[in-house]
Amino acid sequence: MSIYVDENTRVVVQGITGRDGSFHTRQMMAYGTRVVSGVTPGKGGRDFEGPDGGAVPVFDTVAEAVGETGADASVIYVPPAFAASAIMEAADAGVSFIVCVTEGIPVLDMTRAHALARDRGCRVLGPNCPGIISPGKTTLGIIPGRMVIPGPVGLISRSGTLTYEAVHHLTRDGLGQTTCVGIGGDPLIGTSFVDCLAEFAKDPDTEAIVMIGEIGGTAEQEAAAWASANLSVPVVGFIAGRTAPPGKRMGHAGAIISGSSGTAAEKTKAFEDNGIKVAKRPAEISSLVAEALGG
Amino acid sequence: MNLHEYQAKELFRSAGMAVNPGEVADTPEAVRTLAEGFGGRVVVKAQVHSGGRGKAGGVKLAGSPDEAAAHAAAILGMEISGLTVERVLVSPIEDIASEAYVGVLVDREGQCPLFMVSAEGGIDIEEVAATNPEAIHKLRVDPRYGLMPHQAYWLATRLFDDPRLARQAARVISQLYDAFVNSGASMAEINPLISTAGGEVKAIDAKVSIDDNELFRRPGVAGLRDPRSESGADAQAREAGLSFVKLDGNVGCCVNGAGLAMATMDLVKYYGGEPANFLDIGGSSNPDKVVAAIEIITSDPSVEVILFNIFGGITRCDDVARGIVEATGRTGIDVPIVIRLTGTNEDLARTILADAGFAAGTSMDEVVQEAVRLAG
Repeated sequence: MSIYVDENTRVVVQGITGRDGSFHTRQMMAYGTRVVSGVTPGKGGRDFEGPDGGAVPVFDTVAEAVGETGADASVIYVPPAFAASAIMEAADAGVSFIVCVTEGIPVLDMTRAHALARDRGCRVLGPNCPGIISPGKTTLGIIPGRMVIPGPVGLISRSGTLTYEAVHHLTRDGLGQTTCVGIGGDPLIGTSFVDCLAEFAKDPDTEAIVMIGEIGGTAEQEAAAWASANLSVPVVGFIAGRTAPPGKRMGHAGAIISGSSGTAAEKTKAFEDNGIKVAKRPAEISSLVAEALGG
Repeated sequence: MNLHEYQAKELFRSAGMAVNPGEVADTPEAVRTLAEGFGGRVVVKAQVHSGGRGKAGGVKLAGSPDEAAAHAAAILGMEISGLTVERVLVSPIEDIASEAYVGVLVDREGQCPLFMVSAEGGIDIEEVAATNPEAIHKLRVDPRYGLMPHQAYWLATRLFDDPRLARQAARVISQLYDAFVNSGASMAEINPLISTAGGEVKAIDAKVSIDDNELFRRPGVAGLRDPRSESGADAQAREAGLSFVKLDGNVGCCVNGAGLAMATMDLVKYYGGEPANFLDIGGSSNPDKVVAAIEIITSDPSVEVILFNIFGGITRCDDVARGIVEATGRTGIDVPIVIRLTGTNEDLARTILADAGFAAGTSMDEVVQEAVRLAG
């Protein structure tokens, strides 16, 4: 099984006619994602041409797209200045699952967007995330489909390319995935490690979970405690940023050690104290998963 | 982006806040003139982006204009946390009756602005949080309503028992929230907020960090960037759209994606090397960014080897390969380059690199070990 999305998920793409939006929409459609509509204000009434010549209707607003095509999830590829309002528009239109790929959204904008999404009862993945892929079923975002194969591992990560690195080893070693979720590198994200763990806990097909964290914040520590109290499947962890100096933002807006809090050492300890094996190198993740599944 | 104290105070004054007066100067003579204007008794404060200015000797009290000029002569040009003091702020000495702390930041857990106040001001608030956490009072703000008057008053009454002082403090706290929101800050702090013997409440130190993601729509705030507080490499990285942090090692790193870039640095260390930098070329593929990245890395004289680690997703390996070939052809790099490429357009990238005499590996572990070996 997959979490949050599956082959029946009906997707509206916000920013479908943009450079990134159009490229990744075609990638998603080629993978099999049901992209039912797109939104670009001012371009309503046109058709977007998919990879196999299939046409996707474009609307001016998300409300129209949802009303006409029954979309229940959205993927957002709009520039940072407009991305928070794109999230709020989707939440207002009744979309229940929103993936926001955009990086660089002002954090005060996100305080309002997250507050509205919570009020409307919808889940936001990201922002500043690569999205979610369920191998063989669907992909929402930018995770390349050729890297994944179906199997028993659930994967959650704050990073994009580091996720690819980990999945590359898993796939090469024949350890397929139920779902890979990139939760995003921003300080304020809509879906946490704990949220994903709770979903994987309900999925009988997920037999092991990989959590890829990094410096900054306390989300990994909370997830470790939650996993120890609630999960019956093994968890393997990795933390990036052991060599990061305090007070410097390491690329991701959320990857910053404040004072002495949010260090890799603190997170690694929280993982280990809660029975989570921590890989020392990305390549080791796969062998620890194999061990956990074998034992 | 951090503001200097004098810039943060200007921001607070424009929100209407009571802030103690002050002027900046960059010569002892100018400081003497300012001190005369303020009546002689002044504080001279180094303007650098660093905490602990007082402990480093960058904050001095003066009883006369001559003494102020002498302090300025000592402080100007001084190094604090590796930063040279270019300017000092001169302010009249206040008659302090009590010192409080007021700060607001974006709280990751609550996903909203969070106020923290304490009647124990004037000292490091992290120390108060560690030793006496109940002395800190917290309040979350719903960003859709903003800070409501009763909330500001509640915070103020945590600081002052005297209603006349509490009313003034409530006004300051509301003004701080306005300045925080209107400048696109991620943190704004008054430490200390003082009361004077005469019954006035005012800010006498100020700290503001701006959310870098706000700068595109706030040209006035973006213009407060102090080019002298930024190294040439940092400025070049920012202009090229690269995330760059200089470190002390000798293995120059160029990676796509922040998480993979951190993991690459960690792996360099794991195999016994020391990374020279964090550098994320970002998701989009653009040979020009790669050229800029190589220029930035090689401007550090301690770099002995350049390590590329590219996992192509959106990033196309052939674009990175073209950037490497272009940069090496243009400037003549005199340190070895080791390359790991895998993912999108990997084969094309290998052909481009082979034509220029470069080899590229596929394993992150192998290539990092090679880089560490070459760095010595």
